[in-house]
Amino acid sequence: MSLQFSARVDHRDVDIAFEVATGETLAVLGPNGSGKSTALAITAGLLIPDRGKIVLDGRVLTDAGPATSRVAVAPHARRTALLGQEPLLFPHLSALENVAFGPRSHGTRRSEARRIAQRWLDEVGVGDLAARRPSQLSGGQAQRVAVARALAADPGLLLLDEPMAALDIAVLPALRHTLRRVLADRTVVLVTHDPLDALLLADRVVVLEAGRVIESGISGEVLKRPRSTFVARLAGLNLLDGTWRGDHVETSRGDRITGMVDGDAPASGTPVVAAFRPSSVSVFREPVHGSPRNSFQVRISELEPHADLLRVRAGDLAADVTLVAAADLELETGQRVTFSVKATEVAIYLL
Amino acid sequence: MRTRILGLLVAALMVAGGASACGRSDSGGGGGSGSKTTLTVFAAASLTSTFQKIGDKFEDEHPGVKVEFSFGGSSDLVSQIQQGAPADVFASADTANMDKLTAANLQAGDPKNFASNTLEIATPPDNPADIASFADLAKPGVKVVVCAPEVPCGAAAVKMESVTGVTLKPVSEEESVTDVLGKVSSGEADAGLVYVTDVAAAGDKVKGVPFPESNKVVNTYPIVALKDSKHSDIAQEFVDTVTGETGQSILAAAGFAKP
Amino acid sequence: MSDRTVGLPRWIYVPAVLGAAFVLLPLVAIVAKVDWTHFGSLITSQASRDAFVLSLKTSAISTGLCVVFGVPMALVLARRDFPGLAVIRSLVLLPLVLPPVVGGLALLYTFGRRGLLGSTLDAAGIQIAFTTIAVVLAQTFVALPFMVVSLEGALRTGGQRYEVAAASLGARPTTVFRRITLPLVVPGLISGAVLAFARSLGEFGATITFAGSLQGRTRTLPLEIYLQRETDPDAAVALALVLVVVAVLVIGLAGQGRGTR
Repeated sequence: MSLQFSARVDHRDVDIAFEVATGETLAVLGPNGSGKSTALAITAGLLIPDRGKIVLDGRVLTDAGPATSRVAVAPHARRTALLGQEPLLFPHLSALENVAFGPRSHGTRRSEARRIAQRWLDEVGVGDLAARRPSQLSGGQAQRVAVARALAADPGLLLLDEPMAALDIAVLPALRHTLRRVLADRTVVLVTHDPLDALLLADRVVVLEAGRVIESGISGEVLKRPRSTFVARLAGLNLLDGTWRGDHVETSRGDRITGMVDGDAPASGTPVVAAFRPSSVSVFREPVHGSPRNSFQVRISELEPHADLLRVRAGDLAADVTLVAAADLELETGQRVTFSVKATEVAIYLL
Repeated sequence: MRTRILGLLVAALMVAGGASACGRSDSGGGGGSGSKTTLTVFAAASLTSTFQKIGDKFEDEHPGVKVEFSFGGSSDLVSQIQQGAPADVFASADTANMDKLTAANLQAGDPKNFASNTLEIATPPDNPADIASFADLAKPGVKVVVCAPEVPCGAAAVKMESVTGVTLKPVSEEESVTDVLGKVSSGEADAGLVYVTDVAAAGDKVKGVPFPESNKVVNTYPIVALKDSKHSDIAQEFVDTVTGETGQSILAAAGFAKP
Repeated sequence: MSDRTVGLPRWIYVPAVLGAAFVLLPLVAIVAKVDWTHFGSLITSQASRDAFVLSLKTSAISTGLCVVFGVPMALVLARRDFPGLAVIRSLVLLPLVLPPVVGGLALLYTFGRRGLLGSTLDAAGIQIAFTTIAVVLAQTFVALPFMVVSLEGALRTGGQRYEVAAASLGARPTTVFRRITLPLVVPGLISGAVLAFARSLGEFGATITFAGSLQGRTRTLPLEIYLQRETDPDAAVALALVLVVVAVLVIGLAGQGRGTR
C-alpha cells in the first residue's frame, strides 16, 4: 500500500481510515461537513490529528497520539501536492514560472525547471499560454496550469480537493479527460461530491458521512449499487455500462441507448457508461415509442417516498415521479412499467 | 485590527487633550466671576515659578484683578505679540528680544531691567568628570552640552567662551535650558552650561559648579507694559511690583541677581 | 472611464471639503509666508544643507531598519497565534500613541550611558547618545509601528492560501517567504516604507530628547527649523517648505510606483 491513512480529530468528530495503493486513484465522496477536507488537510500536514498515523511509501508523515514517537513532517517535506477548487496560481509569476516553482523548490536549475514546466503545460494542453500572467487566464486555463504545477512538483501523492467544483460546466468534460490521462498510474486522493468524477477518475471510492467511512469499494460498484443514503439520494445516478456502437450504447442487458457523448466520439467497440438522473426519467404504464426517447421495460422493485417525490426503483434503474403522478399511475411494487428518458438527458462517458 | 488601531489613536488624542487641559488649569487660579479684571502677562519660561509667586502676591494686593501667565521662549512670545496676541505685560529673558519688541514700537514706556542671571555649570549629582572650573569643560573626553547660539542661554555661552578664551566642543547644542538639564540630569552628559536659577530650580537632580568668570557675562531681564493693553494702569502696577520690593525679594530667593 | 458607482449623499462633500481645507490651508499659508527673494540662500546655508543631508540619510537608514525588523514582526503578528499576542501587538504599536518626547526619554533610559543596555554598551566602548546612531534609533522607534501596521494589514488581507500552495509544492519556509510572501506584499511594504520614511523625516521630539542637537551630526531638518525659528523665522519657513516638498515627493512617487504595478 502506498498511502495508509488513519486519523481521529476529536473536536470535529472525525475518525477515518483508508488506504490507497500505488498508482491508484481513490475518490473520497461525501456531503459537506463529512470530513473530506479534514482528511486532505491531515494528509497534507496542515492539520495534526489527535490520533492517527499517515504513512506514504513506507515513510511516516504523521504519527500523532500518545505513542512515544511523535512525527509531524512539515507540509513542504511530504511530497504531497495539493490542488484545490481554486487554482491559486501565484499572481506575480507567469504560467511557466508557476509550474516551474515546484522543480525550483527542489533545487532544479532554472533552465531545467523551465523545460520541465513547459513539458507539463504542453501535457495539459496549455503550452501556448506559458508567458501569460494568471490574471490573463480563464478559469479553466488557470486550473489546467494548476494541474501542471502540481504534477511538475513530482509528488509522491497528489491531493485533489474538488478540482472542478468552481469551473464553468462548459469546460468540465475537456478538463476531466485531461485529468483522466495525467492521473493514470499516479497515486491520487480525489475529494469530490460529484459521483461522476468518482466514477470516471477514480479506481476506488470511499464514502464519508459525519466523519466516518460508511462505504468503500470499486468506483463503479459503489456508484451503481450504493448502500449509503448520500450516494443513493444526492448522487443516485442511473449508470448503465455498455459498448459504444458508433451511434448508440449497447448495454450488457441488450438495451439500446442513445445520448449525448461527453467530449470526442469514442471508437466503436469502446466500453462506455450511460448516465442520467432519476428526475429525467418518466414512468408509463404502457410501452412508449418515439425516436428521441430511450425506453426500458422494467418491474418495480421498490417505492421510496422522498418529501414530495416518489423514487421508483427497478433493479439498477430509478425514476423520480411526483406523488400526484404516482397516484394517477397507481404504482405498486412488482408492477411492470416503462421507464423513458430523452436522449438529450443521457450523458455517455468513456470508461 | 482596524478598530484596535482606531482605539489607539483615540487614546492618543485623549492623552494629548488631557495633557493640554492639565497645563491650562494651573494658571487659572480662582476661575471666575465676570467682574474681575484679567491681566495677561507674557513671560520668559525661566521666570515661571517666580512670576507665579509674584502673581499671587499681586492678586492679594489687588482684589478684583486676576493675573494670567503665558510662559514660553522669549522669541516665541515676541512673535505672538507681534501677531496681535492680547498681552498686557512682556518680561523677556534677554535684551535682544526686548529690542525686537521696541523696534516694532509695541511697548508703553521704556523697558526696565528687573533681574539678571549668570551662567553656572551643571553636572550630574555625582559629577563623574570632576568638573571644578570652566576650563575643565574643555578637558578631552568630557561631554559638554550647551544651548545653541540661536537661543539666549547659548548666546551667553558663546560670549563666555570668548571671555575666558576656553573653546568648548559641545556634543550637543540644545534648543532650550530644559533640554540641557535633561541631558545632564540623566547622566548622558558630564556637564551643561545653564543659568544659576536653572540649577537652583532643578534641585538635587543636578549639582551646580559656580565659576569665577561667570559674572563677566550677565544676562539681563527687562520688563515692559504693552501699548495695546486694555488695562494699562494695572499693567504698569504689575511692572512696578516686579521691579519693586515684592518682586525683587522673590526673584532673589530663586537665585536671580539684581540687574 | 466613467464607472458609475453608488452615489454619495451630497452633504458629505461639505465636511469633506472643510477637512481638506483645514489640512491644505496651513500649507498654503507656509508657501505664502516664504521669502522667495532669499529662498535660495536661506535653504542653501551650510547649516541648512547639513540638516537636509542628515535628515535624508538618517531617514533612509531608519526606513531600512524598519523593513529589516518590521517585516518579520508583521509576519509573526499576522501569521502566528499564541497567548499574549494581542498584548504584544498593542505594546509594539505603542510608539504610535506615545508622545515622541516620552519615546525619547524611554530610549534614553535604555540606550543612554546609564540606561538599561547603555551601561553595558558603554563598558564595551560603544556610546550612542549624541551620535547619528541615536538619531536613527529615535526615528526607527517612532516609525517602526507604521511599517508593522501597514504590512500586517496587507498580510492578513492576502491570507495564507498562496503560502500553503507553495509549501505543498515542496517549497521550504524560507523559499515561500522569499518567492511568495514577500513579492505578494510589495504594495503593503512600499506604503509601509513610505509612511516610515515620512515619519522619520518629520521626527522631532524623540530626537531632541535622546540624540541632542549638533550640526551635521544630530541636528536634523525639524530640529534646524525649530532652532532657526528663534532667530531667523524666514529661514525656518523656507526649510519647512523644503521638508513638505520632500515628503510630498516621496509619498507621490511611491503612490505612482504602486499605481503602475
